[in-house]
Amino acid sequence: MSLQPDLAPTNAGEDIQNYTINFGPQHPAAHGVLRLVMELDGEIVERLDPHVGLLHRGTEKLIEYKTYLQALPYFDRLDYCSPLGMEHSYVLAVEKLLDCEVPLRAQYLRVLFAELTRICNHMLNLGSHVMDVGAMTPNLWMFELREDCLNFFERASGARMHAAWFRPGGVHQDVPLKLLTDIGDWLDTRLPELFEDAISLVADNRIFKQRNVDIAVVSKEDAIKWGFSGPMIRGAGIPWDIRKSQPYDVYDRVEFDIPVGTKGDCYDRFMVRVEEVRQSARIMKQCLRDMPEGPVLTEDRKVAPPKRGEMKQSMEALIHHFKLYTEGFKVPEGSVYVATESPKGEFGVYLVSDGTNKPYRCKIRPTAFSHLQAMDFMSRGHMLADTTAILGALDIVFGECDR
Amino acid sequence: MTFTQWFQSWGGEAFGWFLATTVLILMIALPLMLAVAMIIYADRKIWAAMALRRGPNVVGPLGLLQSFADGLKVMLQETIIPSAANRGLFLLAPIITFTVALIVWAVIPFGAGMVLADINVGLLYLLAASSLGVYGVIISGWASNSKYPFYSALRAAAQMVSYEVSIGFVLISVVLWADSFNLSTIVLAQQAHVLGFFNGFGFNPLLFPMAVVFLISALAETARAPFDLTEAESELVAGYQTEYSSMSFALFWLGEYANVILMCALNAILFWGGWLPPVDWAPLYAVPGIIWFFSKILIFFFIFSWIKATVPRFRYDQLMRLGWKIFLPISLIWVFLVSGYLMLTRYGG
Repeated sequence: MSLQPDLAPTNAGEDIQNYTINFGPQHPAAHGVLRLVMELDGEIVERLDPHVGLLHRGTEKLIEYKTYLQALPYFDRLDYCSPLGMEHSYVLAVEKLLDCEVPLRAQYLRVLFAELTRICNHMLNLGSHVMDVGAMTPNLWMFELREDCLNFFERASGARMHAAWFRPGGVHQDVPLKLLTDIGDWLDTRLPELFEDAISLVADNRIFKQRNVDIAVVSKEDAIKWGFSGPMIRGAGIPWDIRKSQPYDVYDRVEFDIPVGTKGDCYDRFMVRVEEVRQSARIMKQCLRDMPEGPVLTEDRKVAPPKRGEMKQSMEALIHHFKLYTEGFKVPEGSVYVATESPKGEFGVYLVSDGTNKPYRCKIRPTAFSHLQAMDFMSRGHMLADTTAILGALDIVFGECDR
Repeated sequence: MTFTQWFQSWGGEAFGWFLATTVLILMIALPLMLAVAMIIYADRKIWAAMALRRGPNVVGPLGLLQSFADGLKVMLQETIIPSAANRGLFLLAPIITFTVALIVWAVIPFGAGMVLADINVGLLYLLAASSLGVYGVIISGWASNSKYPFYSALRAAAQMVSYEVSIGFVLISVVLWADSFNLSTIVLAQQAHVLGFFNGFGFNPLLFPMAVVFLISALAETARAPFDLTEAESELVAGYQTEYSSMSFALFWLGEYANVILMCALNAILFWGGWLPPVDWAPLYAVPGIIWFFSKILIFFFIFSWIKATVPRFRYDQLMRLGWKIFLPISLIWVFLVSGYLMLTRYGG
């Protein structure tokens, strides 16, 4: 059956206006503060106009007035569903400008927690996608797992969501051994049990398939044209993953597969994310296995603060500490663009440094913004109920989109 | 001396009948409201258990008084009527839904002879009254003068009409077998129906598919998941209830759950032997019929809740396709099969 708008039942020569409906910003399925102005012919979407900017906080401008270290917590608040993924791009960009060596243990810890963030993010997205098509239970099961992830973040950094744990030069603090063994246990027991249970409820469910298969099919060409990345482009069948193509930290030392879709519909995007969770678990296990002992922050005292004990003995260390926490570190002149594979796709940071302690410009390339621009193209000709499935499969968070 | 005769003995013929009927109505309606309150609690508890939550557990022991606290809360709220709404119709709609949800209970037999109106066309009355229920939804959607409720009303109209058609055919096959429209007679016709042992048309292989079709259509008729398109919160916010608040909202809520219980009761009465025990074995008759009846209702309600907790929601066109292209042909063919079988066996070809 075709759902093309021009084949829809006509109006017998009379001029009937389309029904314009305001979907959001206060709507249970608007994923935050999205406002969609929809033009509907019956239940069929004729035109869909996403309005963004309701959560604009001027993050990029604020960062220009903060030192490099003070700017870091802003990144947690971009995509607040996967905070460490946001920090990752930023610290890598600063490190590239500084040309700073990161200890191996810190790299492993970052990859470990970046993948934990990916699981954390996908738990939210898969759950809310399922809920957008009407099933309530899997969402709550996956929230149990998300809760576990947040607890791990808390044990590592002290904060459940806005960790500010990745720092230029490494990570803020080392983690206790018990945390690593607990994460290992969790990966072997709770995660597979609960996650596979939740997925088994929907992945083969006929109604779920009816709601997602063949909805918003995006071809490979279109996926590239619209600037898709992450699970969206992999759902369309292109094995594009920055972790593989331009590996950062220790991604070149771990083994993992890139799941791709075959059709490019909402169901493929869903299943790509499901498989990504399994692959993330695989990466995390390898990190736990291979992680060496050692420092977790660079020894360069111009970038990272000295240890407490050192400060009691050495005047030099005290000065470094004072300078770092008042003036911050200076970054050599230059500009750099660093993108990482955040859970939602390519998350890039373009940093311009004028040689001072504050970024001259920080441009953030969000994933949600480029995905959301395809919303109209993807929804046209589908039904009102499909837009929620499409939105669920887009995985947008407005902190990141509106910045 | 029956209940009515006792009233008539001191109140006179007409007034006594009036008093007796009023008391009987209250005897059904008040426990029904209590049952609705408890069934909402049960629904939330079952749902919570399946979602690894605890559900209501604060108000009263085990949270048993949660529904009453909610009821009190909505009663104390202000009734907000949108300025663009059609006042009269806006308030009439929940009243229709609620009233219709109550009046259908008049013909439901709770046990042998325990029925308010033992009329011969009980099933037709049921069908007619429950068809009226859709008016509440349509009127509320129109009178709210708001876009989401309007969409919901359109969906409700299409959905309920479509599924009532197949429900009608399911009922016809039951009526053919029971040879009556009277619900008590239908229940009694199921006694020792299969192999002289099982009480219930549902045990009959020829009628079992109809029992399944009826169960699913009942979900659609009461707009429960996966057919809850009229109040699909991810699409239509709260559907036709979006603009409602306080008691006008509560009336919808109560009416909806009363309808759910009614559909569970109908499942029990039409296919699973109503107040009869599941099998025709004398010691089981020692348990009062009303207990069998209520336990069957509860089993069906558990199934309803279970389904709600596990399945996603249909899309509008898929719902229509299921109703018109699958259920309608199946139930039509089954009416033909059942009537053909009865012609051959019961009426001698």
